[in-house]
Amino acid sequence: MATDTQSPTGHPDSDLRLSGQRLPRWAVPATAAGSVVLTLAVFALTPLQGRADFLVAVGIVFLLGQTAASFLVEGRRHAVDRLATNVVYTCFVLAIIPLVAVIVTVLVHGLKVVNLTFLTHSQRNIGPTDTGGGVYHAIIGTLEIAFVTSLISIPIAVLVAVYLVEYGGRGLLARLVTFFVDVMTGIPSIVAGLFIYVVWILTLGFQRSGFPACLALAILMIPVVVRSTEEMLKLVPNELRESSLALGVPKWRTILRVVIPTALPGIITGIMLGVARVAGETAPLLLLTGYTQSINFNLFSGPMAALPTLIFDQAGRPSQSAVDRAWGAALVLIVIVMLLNLVARVIARLTRVR
Amino acid sequence: MSNPDGVEELLSGAVFGGAPIEPSPEPLGGKSRRLGDRIFSGMSAAASVFLLLIIVGIAVFLFSRTVPAIQADTANFWTTKVWFPDSTPPVFGIAALAWGTLLSSVLALAIALPVSVGIALFIAHYAPRQMAATLGYVVDLLAAVPSVIYGLWGLTFLVPHMLGLSQWLSTYLSWIPLFAVPGGSTFRQTMFNVGVVLAVMIIPIISAVSREVFLQVPRDHLEAALALGATRWETMRMAVLPFGRSGVVSASMLGLGRALGETVAVALVLSTNYEISIHILQPGGNTFAANIALQYGFAQKLGVDALIASGMVLFVITLLVNMAARWIISRRREFSGAN
Repeated sequence: MATDTQSPTGHPDSDLRLSGQRLPRWAVPATAAGSVVLTLAVFALTPLQGRADFLVAVGIVFLLGQTAASFLVEGRRHAVDRLATNVVYTCFVLAIIPLVAVIVTVLVHGLKVVNLTFLTHSQRNIGPTDTGGGVYHAIIGTLEIAFVTSLISIPIAVLVAVYLVEYGGRGLLARLVTFFVDVMTGIPSIVAGLFIYVVWILTLGFQRSGFPACLALAILMIPVVVRSTEEMLKLVPNELRESSLALGVPKWRTILRVVIPTALPGIITGIMLGVARVAGETAPLLLLTGYTQSINFNLFSGPMAALPTLIFDQAGRPSQSAVDRAWGAALVLIVIVMLLNLVARVIARLTRVR
Repeated sequence: MSNPDGVEELLSGAVFGGAPIEPSPEPLGGKSRRLGDRIFSGMSAAASVFLLLIIVGIAVFLFSRTVPAIQADTANFWTTKVWFPDSTPPVFGIAALAWGTLLSSVLALAIALPVSVGIALFIAHYAPRQMAATLGYVVDLLAAVPSVIYGLWGLTFLVPHMLGLSQWLSTYLSWIPLFAVPGGSTFRQTMFNVGVVLAVMIIPIISAVSREVFLQVPRDHLEAALALGATRWETMRMAVLPFGRSGVVSASMLGLGRALGETVAVALVLSTNYEISIHILQPGGNTFAANIALQYGFAQKLGVDALIASGMVLFVITLLVNMAARWIISRRREFSGAN
């Protein structure tokens, strides 16, 4: 930070510099080059080998080398500081590698199979080891289930958020709901699925179909939408509410006509994040909807395919063509989810309440 | 924001902009206003109560199936390892499931926590401003990748690429029981790989929450540390980390909750059995959620009840972990010097 601080007295003796003795700027690239050379030498002389091993070894030698140099020149505190900085950078790179690898792998494998036929045909009459077929039936299922889940979740979630911000105040119910909304975001999706399974299939005696999955996914989506809607409603300036009330507009019309429209872009952002979350859920669908190779438009009867269950089904099969299809479906799913996320964030950014 | 009737009556008969208004016999809007308000506030309160009822309902309905399952079990439900609920006599227990769930999640957390704190520190205090915003954005997007895709990726990409590391650990660190492979191993579909996949899944969550907390450190604290001549790391250690500690704790509990309940990624990557083993480099093990997903298709009547009973245990565990996390966050919000 203070590498070039001049001596406060202007004294030529550099020992009096305010920041003490520092490593020169060229020290970092020099250490890096040195550690590469040293590791190359070690790898040439010992049985050590391998690209990954080499990178790790270079990293370790660089860390040690720079820390040692810094310790000798700058003292213990700066040596620790440099070590910590390097560790933080390393952590970041270490974490970015798998995260980027996920995206790249899906893109590379997915683009090989995704084409127009893939998007417009189902798996009907396609054997486990056959090539061909597509994910049309699963796209239909995912979109229908996501749509109905939103229809169920949005009104409930927005009403809860309105209660928390406009009516609940600091009351017991409001505090309880705030707490449990947060807790609900952590309910495992399979538990939500089991709950609906007990209610819908074991207690009410219905068959498996798309609709109970919508109910289970709504349990997962509601807390997400409540949280974001609540935040957005809180951002609406009180002056707007007060002006409306002062004009004699009843409170409920104030909320419907002034507060919610003002916060609408933010609410939509939250809804899309919620949809993105439930569109990728697998476990409740496995329990409640099953999987089919054919197209089923009816949410209320028979098993239904969705992209996540299709991936789960195909990935477990031993043939390469099935795994390829799983990658294709993964690409389609990730594109849907990422689009929802991007649109949500763009809306949030363009229309931020100030 | 209450509107006492007296004020409304006053306003309704008042003079606005010089033009006299007919004194109305009743408050503006009349009865319909209060009716509309009552309906709307009633509806929003009802929705809130409904939300609480869902939580209660989950507990009640799962419990209603748990009791008969445990009663029908001829072995001890808590300490038995095997899972044969549909055989006669039914013998099943959650010991192996609980162990595997705990092992995989703790493993994931142990890998994810230091890395996530590193990312959070990097984005909040090390990276250049402009870059930090973009990176935070990318990490948030990665939190949205569906878990089935992480599972597919883990199975087909990560497992082969982890062979070298697994081999290395078993060769040089096998004196630690965790990395020992007494029966030999192919190093595929192991708990270790599951732990890494789960870690990759929860890193975005933990680092996102930690980052928010680190960004909230009051500027005064940072500037005070720097003014005392602290290096950047000393600033982190003395100002940022103590301030963010409770936030990091609750973030990791949120991540732990996610890892405990993860279903498909585990079901895809792990080759399951009902053994309790500390040797994470050998295939085998099981978790609550993966067991439900994989056994469900074969389960008959008692089998389903047994799975629901195990789901109930998972529900209680995740509920406790999440409640603890939220409690820590809310306590911090009330007592911290921020805001």
